[in-house]
Amino acid sequence: MKLYEYQAKELLVKNNISTPPGGVAESADQAAEIAATTGLPVAIKAQVHVGGRGKAGGIKIAKTEAEVKILAAQILAMKIKGLSVKKVLIEKALEIEKEYYLGIVVDRANRGNTLMFSTVGGVDIEEVARTRPDKIFKFEILNPKQIQNHNFQIPVGNREVHSQVSAIIEKLYDLYLKTDATLVEINPLVKTKDRQFIAADAKIIIDDSALFRHPDLALLAEAAEEDEIEAEAHRRRIAYVRLPGNIGIIGNGAGLVMTTMDEVKRAGGQPASFLDIGGGAKAELVKSCLEILTMDKNIKGIFFNVFGGITRCDEVAQGIIRATQDLNLKIPLVIRLTGTREEEGQKILAQTNLVTAATMQEGAEKIVEYISK
Amino acid sequence: MIEYGTKVVGGVTPGKGGQEHLGVKVFNNVAEAVKETKANASTIFVPARFCKAAIFEAIEAGIKTIVTITEGIPTQDMITVCQKLKEAGATMIGPNCPGITSVDEAKLGIMPGNIFKKGQIGLISRSGTLTYEVVAALTKAHLGQSTCIGIGGDPILGSTFTDLLPLFEADRETKVVIMIGEIGGSDEELAADYIATNMTKPVIAFISGRTAPRGKRMGHAGAIISGGTGTAESKIKALIQAKVPIAETTAEIPNLVVAKLALQK
Repeated sequence: MKLYEYQAKELLVKNNISTPPGGVAESADQAAEIAATTGLPVAIKAQVHVGGRGKAGGIKIAKTEAEVKILAAQILAMKIKGLSVKKVLIEKALEIEKEYYLGIVVDRANRGNTLMFSTVGGVDIEEVARTRPDKIFKFEILNPKQIQNHNFQIPVGNREVHSQVSAIIEKLYDLYLKTDATLVEINPLVKTKDRQFIAADAKIIIDDSALFRHPDLALLAEAAEEDEIEAEAHRRRIAYVRLPGNIGIIGNGAGLVMTTMDEVKRAGGQPASFLDIGGGAKAELVKSCLEILTMDKNIKGIFFNVFGGITRCDEVAQGIIRATQDLNLKIPLVIRLTGTREEEGQKILAQTNLVTAATMQEGAEKIVEYISK
Repeated sequence: MIEYGTKVVGGVTPGKGGQEHLGVKVFNNVAEAVKETKANASTIFVPARFCKAAIFEAIEAGIKTIVTITEGIPTQDMITVCQKLKEAGATMIGPNCPGITSVDEAKLGIMPGNIFKKGQIGLISRSGTLTYEVVAALTKAHLGQSTCIGIGGDPILGSTFTDLLPLFEADRETKVVIMIGEIGGSDEELAADYIATNMTKPVIAFISGRTAPRGKRMGHAGAIISGGTGTAESKIKALIQAKVPIAETTAEIPNLVVAKLALQK
């Protein structure tokens, strides 16, 4: 789960890491009220889950109250990479002396956590990583004590900067572990002209699998949903991603569902969903999953692909039948059902006029053919 | 597992020690079970929130081969588990995986036994149901398998392609290895490096998620740490450079295997 910048900064503040004075606004008037308390000039920042929002015009500096209202209204009316801006963060503009980069992230290849730091922070950090990798200090954290006891040496000569940044790293790592994050990033970490260290931007990603032990953060997850159908699916604990096409793809297991998407695309179709019913799904869940797909009015046909292991084909078949009856499903449905209890499942489907396919490839071709009719 | 011929010597459920289930004795903890039965492997189905403790218990009881089926274990729990495995010199397959099947010998996990046929093809896969898909296609084409391992779909895994490829290289029953990867992480790229320098046996690969939309990306740190790896294109490019044939679809895999086997004769 990605947090919004303002949510991430609230967590930083709770952990005694400074952020610019400011607040969140949903209207131009609210923005002006916040600017009146922080003092001008202020930065107005769109709260959306996309990279490159600054380059897309989602971050503006306002020098007068009138400008705050105009620019906040403009940004609140924007769509950035397809996402509408619902909130803006209003923050006192900083007097920047230098920008640093600071991040802690799960490092898959090393099966651990890695601290990263750079003296050339700012928007182009990825470019720096590509062209001047020596400018990025990486430290593999083998033991939490290494960070707690400052047993790491960031490449900074100035003693004051060194000790201040090290103290922020310690607090950031504490927050990282405490929230079950997979990423915490401050970019830039600004050194102001009066030698304060302030997190000017922040990103935090919380591990979805760990939300059960963070009920407070789970509430933020709900607020962070961008799409209504996705939000409903996640309330039902269904793994679903909405996609821009017109063929609903549903199956068991992430790898199989992704491959089914690939096959449909190969056959000339456009996937409208990634929906994984998981392992061992019962009929009721199968029906609930199909109901999610019916909420997307762009979907003109559905390809249901199941290879049963612990998932039983007869349960899936029953769920599909219940869904077609109770939900009054009118769009074409192609079903490929194989594996555990395949015969029982096929028998159930044979009593209906639902279309079946023997292989994934055949199913992909059939659904593409049906919707183009 | 019992039905498939795996020698299951005991089960562990706290509070149910002394009972019997499916003709197998149940113990209160792993240490007791190991002491009495000399068990040397453990398959774990414990719910995600208790799984770290269960894996620790197995390691501390001296088990060296662990298969964890459970899905949804917190990432930081797995990081701690991996450090513990390393210290203890134990091997774990999973989590979020279907386990291991050594065809006609033993199965640790939940793969459907009836899709397999004994033979010379080894398989390592990040996806459970895709494993079944490919194994069934191989069996239908009369291409039997030696050992099939589902390594799991989580970001942090007990064993990766690079950990397991050497075992297939050394396995006398295996003539060809199939690798089923997917988008995310850099395990396939690392495996490509390993194959180019160390594997004498042919490897065939399939990458799932070629058309999955990009975007939902992880901040800058994710991109920096993986150095541009993680996409299907990056993985396919690395594997092609390592002279690993790539199957465009799962249906193509048996043909590629036949071609590699023909070269060996």
